[in-house]
Formats: sequence, C-alpha cells, structure tokens
Amino acid sequence: MNSPAAPLFSVRGLTKHFDGIKAVDSLSFDVAEGSITGIIGPNGAGKTTVFNIVTGLYRPTAGSVLFRGESITGLRPDRVVRRGIARTFQNIRLFNRRSCLDNVMTPLFQRERCSFLGSLLGTPSTRRMERELRERAVGLLQVLGLERFASTQADNLPYGFQRKLEIARALATEPSLLLLDEPAAGMNPEETRSLADLIAEVRERFQVTILLIEHHMDLVMNICSPIVVMNFGALLARGTPDEVRADPAVVAAYLGKGRGRR
Amino acid sequence: MDYILSIVTLACINMIAVLGLSIFTGFTGLFSFGHAAFVGVGAYTSAVLTYYYPVPFPLALAAGAAAAGAVSLVIGVPTLRAKLRSDYFAIAILGFGEALRVILENLGITNGARGLPGIDDHTTLPVVLLCLAGGVVVARNFLRSRWGVACVAVREDPVAAELSGVRIFRTRLLSLVVSAVFCGLSGGLLAHFLSFIQPVMFTLTQSTQLLAAVIAGGMGSITGPLIASFVFIALPEALRVAQMWRLVAYGLLLVLIMVYRPQGLMGYRELSSLWGKRAGPSAGRRP
Repeated sequence: MNSPAAPLFSVRGLTKHFDGIKAVDSLSFDVAEGSITGIIGPNGAGKTTVFNIVTGLYRPTAGSVLFRGESITGLRPDRVVRRGIARTFQNIRLFNRRSCLDNVMTPLFQRERCSFLGSLLGTPSTRRMERELRERAVGLLQVLGLERFASTQADNLPYGFQRKLEIARALATEPSLLLLDEPAAGMNPEETRSLADLIAEVRERFQVTILLIEHHMDLVMNICSPIVVMNFGALLARGTPDEVRADPAVVAAYLGKGRGRR
Repeated sequence: MDYILSIVTLACINMIAVLGLSIFTGFTGLFSFGHAAFVGVGAYTSAVLTYYYPVPFPLALAAGAAAAGAVSLVIGVPTLRAKLRSDYFAIAILGFGEALRVILENLGITNGARGLPGIDDHTTLPVVLLCLAGGVVVARNFLRSRWGVACVAVREDPVAAELSGVRIFRTRLLSLVVSAVFCGLSGGLLAHFLSFIQPVMFTLTQSTQLLAAVIAGGMGSITGPLIASFVFIALPEALRVAQMWRLVAYGLLLVLIMVYRPQGLMGYRELSSLWGKRAGPSAGRRP
C-alpha cells in the first residue's frame, strides 16, 4: 500500500493554453486514495479541461499528471484507462444505439485477452467468456439500479439513468480513480440526494477514489472532502467544505454572487 | 432455369462483398468508395493463380482473400492512423481504388485493360452458398467479439470508445482488413464464375453499388444489406423486359428507401433480435 503521505493522483503545474487563452493555469493539487475530492468553480474555470488533459484527450501546454507516483502526462486515452482512470462526461457520451448491457460490456471486453481466431469461429471458450462478461455487466447494472433496462437502447433511457449508465460503463474499466464530470447536471434535488448516496456506495463497493466536478453545492458540500476551487484556470482555494465556505476569496469569486445557483 | 440460377449465384457472390462492407461502413461507421478495388484484387489474384499456375481453386480463393486483406493495409495504415474524418477517408480510398484499377490495366500478367479471358469456371452455386453461409457466421461472430464490439463503440462515439479502452486506430484497421478479406473472397468467386474479368469491373460504380446496398439495407445490420444486395442484383434482371426503364426503377427504389426508411430496411436493429426471426436471407432463397 501507499504510505499515507503519497497521494494516489496529483497534477503539478498543469497549464493549457488555447490560442492565448489560459484555460488551465499552473494548477497543482493532490487527490488522496479513498477520498471523494470535489472540483468547483464558476463556468469556464477550466474544470472539464483538467479532466480532458488527465484522460489524454488534450496535451497540456506545461505541467504533469502523476498517478501512483508515475507520470501519465500525454498518454493516449486508452492507455490512461488501462492505468486505472475512468471518467464520465458533462454532455453524456453513450454508445447510443446499443443496449445498456452492450454499453457496459464494451469496456469489459477490452480488458480480456481473446483469441481472434477463436472468436471468429465462436469456440466454446469464447462463448463461455462472453457469458461471464454478460453476468458481470448485469451485476454492474444492478449496482446502479439499471438491470431492468439491460436490453433498452441507451438513448431511450430517461436522462438521469443515462448518467448512471455512464457511471456503470466507467466502472466496467475497473478504475482506481473515477472522474465524474457534473454527475448531477439536470437532476432535481431528490435525484441529486440519491445520487450522493450512490456515489458513496460506489466508492465503498469498488474501493475507488473519486474526483468530481459539480455545480450542485449541496451535493459537493455533503459528500466531498477536500474541495478544490478553481477560478480562471488557476487554483483559488483547497480545503474541507467548511474551510472553503469560509474562504473570503471563494465567497467573492463564486458563492457570494451565486447563492441561488443549485 | 440456368439463367435464374446464374442470377442467384451472382447475387450471392455480391452479397459476400456487401457483408464485408457492412462490417466496415455499417458497424464501424467509415464510408468507403473503394471496396470494389478489394474485390478486384481478390479476383485477379485468384484468377492469375489458377490461370497461369496449377493452383487448386480453394487455395486460389484463400490467396485472393488474403491479398485483398494485405492490400487494404497499404491504404488503411496511413489514412486511418491520421484519424481522417469519415468523409475524407472515403475520398482517400476512392483515389486508391482508381489507382489500383490503373495498375491492373497496365500490368502484363493481368492482360491489361483487355481483361483476362478463359478463367476456369469453378464457382458453382453450392460453393457460393457455402462461402456465404460461412461468411455470415464469421461476420456475426466477429461482431459479437471483443473487436466487433469495439468497432460499434468507435462508430457510436470515438471519444467514449477510447475511454472504454478501445484502440481506435487498430480497431478501424482491423475492420478494414476483415471487410477487404470478404471482398477478396467475393472477387475470387466472381472471377471463376464469369470466366472473364476486366479492370473496369472494379471501379467507383461497383463500389457505389456495394455502398448503396449497405446503406439501403441498414447500417448496423447484417441481414438488411444482404437483402438489399439481393434485391439490387435481382431486380434489374427481373425487369429486363422493361428495357431502359429498369435502371430508372433501380434508382427509384433507392430514392424511395432513403425517403421512407432513411435508417435502411433493417435500421440499426440488433443482430440477436434479428436472428430469432430470420435465419439468414440466403437460407430462405435456396432454389
């Protein structure tokens, strides 16, 4: 096991410029193993850009991303996933015309070693593996409360369930760090509360560390600690919910003018 | 009777190529205006082998399919690595297909543009049906496998696919090679059915017909394109009495399908759900 001092994940001096706009500006923070860390900040603060850099969709202009003490900066997305980082998207990205089961089975399959010829011929061993994966996929759907939708096409799911399906699919990559990009977006307060319980349950059950971006303050304040506050691409504050709430800079930049945003 | 039999044989040969293209276009989501070139590579490779050398027919067929797969790497590796958008890729492979035709027209061993006459006619309907049935089973198994699942994921959302652990370049390339192998097999059968092949038989026109069958049949369905391909081959023949109007009818049919079923005959329906209801279109049409 890691010593308590070594973080599971950290970014160091992370910077991303888009044609002179500093989307992320020398950002550094750590995520401790087992924590639920929250990232908050006004729209356009660069939160999703951080996720895109971490998962290899963008190359950072400068800085590095460390995971389990190793640099994963600039690694291709599928390699990042293999290292144990999975994510969901702010604007849901599902395999729309596939069933929920197939959505979850896709990442499960990619982790398996299969014989190409055996697959083409449909040998008993590949059939057996397919069945095992299907059972595991059903198990994941059950955890997220989606088992009754197993054969439903993903884009026919109600919105809230689509977000849950994305989480199920991310968990199917067997991550040790799960990045959730606004998981509660578009949910009502009741749905948001049950999502908070779900996230806590997922952490317990899958022993996964969670880093989440969210605008629902009640969700963040309830389940996240610590919280990272970003503003104009830079780190504004970092601390427990109470510390962040009391920080004058945060209040000025964010909470002060937006008490009503939830 | 012989006439009908030969139409059915021709349609089934065409269905094998359509099967291949439906893996690439229907399930992986990349358009191609060049797959007839792979049919041509298969046709010429197998024909040259049986024509000039005493190679047995099944071996020549296999060699033709393998050659088509190998040739697809030549265009696939540079274009797919560059992650060209689907429409750019379609243009690149169009140029490739035409270039291949020019090569075939200028080689000595292919007898140039005049074509290769007098190829042994080994292809019979049972052979074609066997190949088609085998092809359908292999295609279905492929699409259920790790790689087929990855293909559909890439079609649906490349970013989400990559973040599900799918290697995009490899997946697309594999899909191209598999589809080219199907086309190559189809070409080998065609050469040994017609006994005569010519480079103009493998141009943009033929590529477009393959693509039309896939789109009209439904991208993301195996049975749909097969049915469409059969109809597209059989219909113009059945309408031969109508003389010049038969091609108009063909065009009209395409337009009607696109207007009333833009998702194709079968749409994106799941294979497994189709399989219960239809035991493969070829089985029902056995004469």
